[in-house]
Amino acid sequence: MRPPLPGEAAAAAPETVRAPRRRPGWLKPVVFMASLGPAAWTGGRFFTDRLGANPITTALNELGLATLILLLASLACTPLKLVMGWTWPLALRRMLGLFAFFYVCLHFGVYVGLEQFFDVSEIAKDIVKRKFITVGFAAFVLLISLAVTSTNKMVKRLGFARWKRLHRLVYLAAILGVIHFVWREKVVGVEQITYAVVLAVLLGVRLWAPRRSPPRASRA
Amino acid sequence: MLIKRPSDVRSSEITSLGVYLRRRELMIGGAAGVISALAGCKSKAAEVARLPGVKRGPFATDESQTAFKDITTYNNFYEFGTDKSDPSRRAHTLRTRPWTIAVDGEVGKPQVLDIDALLKMFPLEERIYRLRCVEAWSMVIPWIGFPLGDLIKRLEPTSRAKHVAFTTLLAPDQMPGQRSSSLEWPYVEGLRMDEAMHPLTILAVGLYGQAMPNQNGAPIRLVVPWKYGFKSIKSIVKLRFVESQPPTSWNLSAPREYGFYSNVNPDVDHPRWSQSRERRIGEILKRKTLAFNGYAAEVASLYRGMDLRTNF
Repeated sequence: MRPPLPGEAAAAAPETVRAPRRRPGWLKPVVFMASLGPAAWTGGRFFTDRLGANPITTALNELGLATLILLLASLACTPLKLVMGWTWPLALRRMLGLFAFFYVCLHFGVYVGLEQFFDVSEIAKDIVKRKFITVGFAAFVLLISLAVTSTNKMVKRLGFARWKRLHRLVYLAAILGVIHFVWREKVVGVEQITYAVVLAVLLGVRLWAPRRSPPRASRA
Repeated sequence: MLIKRPSDVRSSEITSLGVYLRRRELMIGGAAGVISALAGCKSKAAEVARLPGVKRGPFATDESQTAFKDITTYNNFYEFGTDKSDPSRRAHTLRTRPWTIAVDGEVGKPQVLDIDALLKMFPLEERIYRLRCVEAWSMVIPWIGFPLGDLIKRLEPTSRAKHVAFTTLLAPDQMPGQRSSSLEWPYVEGLRMDEAMHPLTILAVGLYGQAMPNQNGAPIRLVVPWKYGFKSIKSIVKLRFVESQPPTSWNLSAPREYGFYSNVNPDVDHPRWSQSRERRIGEILKRKTLAFNGYAAEVASLYRGMDLRTNF
């Protein structure tokens, strides 16, 4: 959930360990409420029968997309710091990551409960046989492991170095998530390409930025 | 206009007063269909707003019909975009008159058919068919049309005509989806001659008692109910009789995923998803997909001796 800031252990630690300076008090509540938006939007239309002819599939797709957006948002915090020198996005990283987990749970829940109606053998067959579901499920498992280790307590228990290594798996989860999105489509369109490019940029910045110009804030 | 027409024939010359009157009735019928559908009496709508002279055709399923609103707002018609809601939002730009269908290839006399003349050539029938999309959802649609075989007989294809190739309109100015390369344009499809001649196969010009909505493939489309929906090509402008198997759009796009035949087959999965079950639009629980979409008794014999796993 919490991608580490390369070469900067202190700033990558949870905000209780070292709070970023000058973060406005309204920031987290506002982002929290905004992150609930997609769930309210999809859920509201689902329960009032305004999701169109195939509401289950539509809800499934919308929640999957919300997962991807939140995951990319959580991965955008570090690049913003590296490129813009802003520290406030770091305070949002864990929350955005946990919202991505919230949405992937809803997405998986709709798949299990409504799309497959708890048909375990059909679900197992999907996960084994359909490669887009295989990668999607793998990403889900990775996100579970990151969500359960997202607390301050778990950071302490694992030790920061190990915790950091574990949480680098978010990169893999995001890559699998984008592949899941691309492979499920009959034709790859602008939307899929956009998500792939955004992810590539967010990951690319991490490789490129520290070497080029160490951000001002980094005093290791 | 991309379709070449003989310059000496104007639409006013070939469209009779009778057809004009009929077109008005089409529109009235259409409006009544919409009102009835909005009022929620979906199967009654077909009863009330039936096109004049439309008789009930054979093969009708008595399963409950999918709501008009769902049939006309949940569409795969990539010429208008890849989202299911794109066609209903964007297809109003399609101009369906004047409209002609060019007939050529292995045929006695190549010709250009005008849609209004074609509508007069055959009695219209209502055909209530299941439609199974390759994406594992399905509908029940009361189409209005006539058997493709009846038209083919009149066109007198030669003995070398073993297949029929169909082409959709190519008009990026009217079809915004054609400005992106989601598929190769124009959309093309094809049938073996015996499939094309089969009495189940129709050219549809309407549904729910009204003229075909643009998003469903106006003014004229193919309906082959035992094949996945994408075989039923929309907004047809060309019909070509050929000897060898013609190229088809989805097969060109992903040959491993979409075969030429594309018969509905619960035992042959799409490489990326299962085809064993389907969600009937309007229902929650999935139902089992039937071989040949439930039309095995009528069409299974066409494929006797063929390995349907390799000829998927």
